[in-house]
Amino acid sequence: MFELLGIPPQALFGQLLLGLINGAFYAMLSLGLAVIFGLLNVINFTHGAQYMMGAFGAWMLLNYLGIPFWGALVLSPLVVAVIGMVIERTLLRRLYHLDHLYGLLLTFGLALIIEGLFRRQYGSSGLPYDNPLPGGTNLGFMFLPNYRGFVVVASLVVCLATWYVIERTKLGSYLRAATERPDLVQAFGIDVPRMITLTYGFGVGLAALAGVLAAPAYQVSPTMGSNLIIIVFAVVVIGGMGSIMGAIVTGFGLGVIEGLTKVFYPEASSTVIFVIMAIVLMVKPAGLFGTAK
Amino acid sequence: MRLAAIFLAASCLAGAGAAYAADPIPVKIGVLNDQSSLYADLGGQGSVWAAKKAIEDFGAAAKGLKVDVIFADHQNKADVGTSVARQWYDVDGVDAIVDTPNSGVALAVSGVTKEKNKVFINSGAATSDLTGKACTPNTVHWTYDTWALANGTGKAIVKTGGNTWFFLTADYAFGHALERDTEAVVVANGGKVLGKVRVPLNNADFSSFLLQAQSSKAKIIGLANAGGDTINSIKQAAEYGIVAGGQNLAGLLIFLTDVHSLGLKTAQGLNLTAAWYWDQTDANRKFADEFAKANGGKRPTMVQAGVYSGVLHYLKAVEALKSAKDGAAVVAEMKKIPTDDPLFGKGEVRADGRHIHPMYLYQVKTPAESKGPWDYYTLKATIPANEAFRPLSESDCPLVKKG
Repeated sequence: MFELLGIPPQALFGQLLLGLINGAFYAMLSLGLAVIFGLLNVINFTHGAQYMMGAFGAWMLLNYLGIPFWGALVLSPLVVAVIGMVIERTLLRRLYHLDHLYGLLLTFGLALIIEGLFRRQYGSSGLPYDNPLPGGTNLGFMFLPNYRGFVVVASLVVCLATWYVIERTKLGSYLRAATERPDLVQAFGIDVPRMITLTYGFGVGLAALAGVLAAPAYQVSPTMGSNLIIIVFAVVVIGGMGSIMGAIVTGFGLGVIEGLTKVFYPEASSTVIFVIMAIVLMVKPAGLFGTAK
Repeated sequence: MRLAAIFLAASCLAGAGAAYAADPIPVKIGVLNDQSSLYADLGGQGSVWAAKKAIEDFGAAAKGLKVDVIFADHQNKADVGTSVARQWYDVDGVDAIVDTPNSGVALAVSGVTKEKNKVFINSGAATSDLTGKACTPNTVHWTYDTWALANGTGKAIVKTGGNTWFFLTADYAFGHALERDTEAVVVANGGKVLGKVRVPLNNADFSSFLLQAQSSKAKIIGLANAGGDTINSIKQAAEYGIVAGGQNLAGLLIFLTDVHSLGLKTAQGLNLTAAWYWDQTDANRKFADEFAKANGGKRPTMVQAGVYSGVLHYLKAVEALKSAKDGAAVVAEMKKIPTDDPLFGKGEVRADGRHIHPMYLYQVKTPAESKGPWDYYTLKATIPANEAFRPLSESDCPLVKKG
């Protein structure tokens, strides 16, 4: 019935599912960026490097300490988050009273330094990381590796939990209030600077978690983050800077669109997201889910 | 500048005759490659080291040459590559550019080199067009090319029954050339190409493409890509059960560093064609040991070995001519004298600029067979020098047709 451009529906389902899997990575990364931008007003360019550190963290935990993937899934994001919080306390904090641009420049510089250090130590071609869930299930229309299925479920859970905490709980309401009027919230006796530090740590931890999830599927290399971060920024811009739901929905949605492009016109698959970004910016400059200030 | 010229003139007058033998011939070599991204490990600083090592082993100083080496990162962008090349040739007095992986950048730099009448000794790039329709009197292609890779891996696989192919092709000059040359070999040997998909460079996720390859039912999935792209495709093919499902992967260009990055567990059993492997002869091992000492324990790739061998031959030509200034003359001299060095053995540089030497078919060892890091290949077959590269009779290089 719905044979599309010569692609049978079965193959189409397969590609839609693959798009969702890729979208899961976009969603988790853009969610972290959106949280950080929403609450700190910092455009965190270190995000890609922190994603890469998450993946390398998993590799190091396995190779130096013998901790398997499942342990790394918790430990690596924690370690990277702590490093992130140190960066926030010592460096980022000094820039809050300045224009966005300074935070962007600082985090961009940090990303270059971190990547350079990893490249110096581990080379550019990457390191092997074994798949913790080998094998897969034949769904009839495609072969779904167990690990990829796990990635989609894990990322959906994490994304929805984050959205719930920020939009529906008391803690989330403090956070949102602190973004609007930090001085007032502080007057009510809430430690705003600490909240900001923890929020940054959380956003960074999300990036690192995505990195750990990426380690068995993609090449663990120092440049894995910088290749992805530009796309993720486009996702955030399309979704609307700072919008939590926007980041999640556009992350998954663009994953699917990119996946379909890989079938119909593979040459354009690396550009399609930017084309969409340009169109969205022209039609709705604040992004699909953003509100114009 | 003018002051320098006066000094130069003065020294010429003062030294007339006596200083003739003592004045070293200045030579400046620029290593232009990927220093920071997906091809940095297979060339990068290792190639810079190899160039310096060649100068040292050549005994340049004792032979009256004063050779300097500089390097730059072309970031895999043809525009960056050409602007560095122009800057080097016009301002910095560079006489020869070496290495330069990434076929797109290499073709661009080859053009600039011809325009400025300098020398381009390419080791890292793959496209056979460098000595084919885009050949120039100033370019020598040293280590390997897409024709040789296709002729090695492609032919071997078709002959053992892999007669239906699906290509995953990196969407730029290199991938297109590798796909074209391999397809020609497959078809010539009675095989058939069932489909192909062009994938943007530096793509992280290959699942969609692998699924397309899977549903094509081709026996062989040809990976016409390199570096990180190859690593990600092989890694993800294992995840999607491609090989378990009865299809086989053909990595058409696999470097030692790729195997290192994949790990033997994933890479075992892959067949590949290469020009050089460190653990093959005593001379290679000696070079590799010295390389490892200076490069944090890594073993050199064929690209880095090619830079060494190419620079050595270049210096011989410069020594014979006593000048590095006329690029076309130096390359003509490189074609005239036979090549002979510890790593690539005896050979020649052909009229089209192609360096001729044997190529080798290797298979990647299983984890049980390997004695440790970097012990990765078993030699399966040697392709003799006269069969390894595109014969001149099939060449579309204008230099050949004239001669």
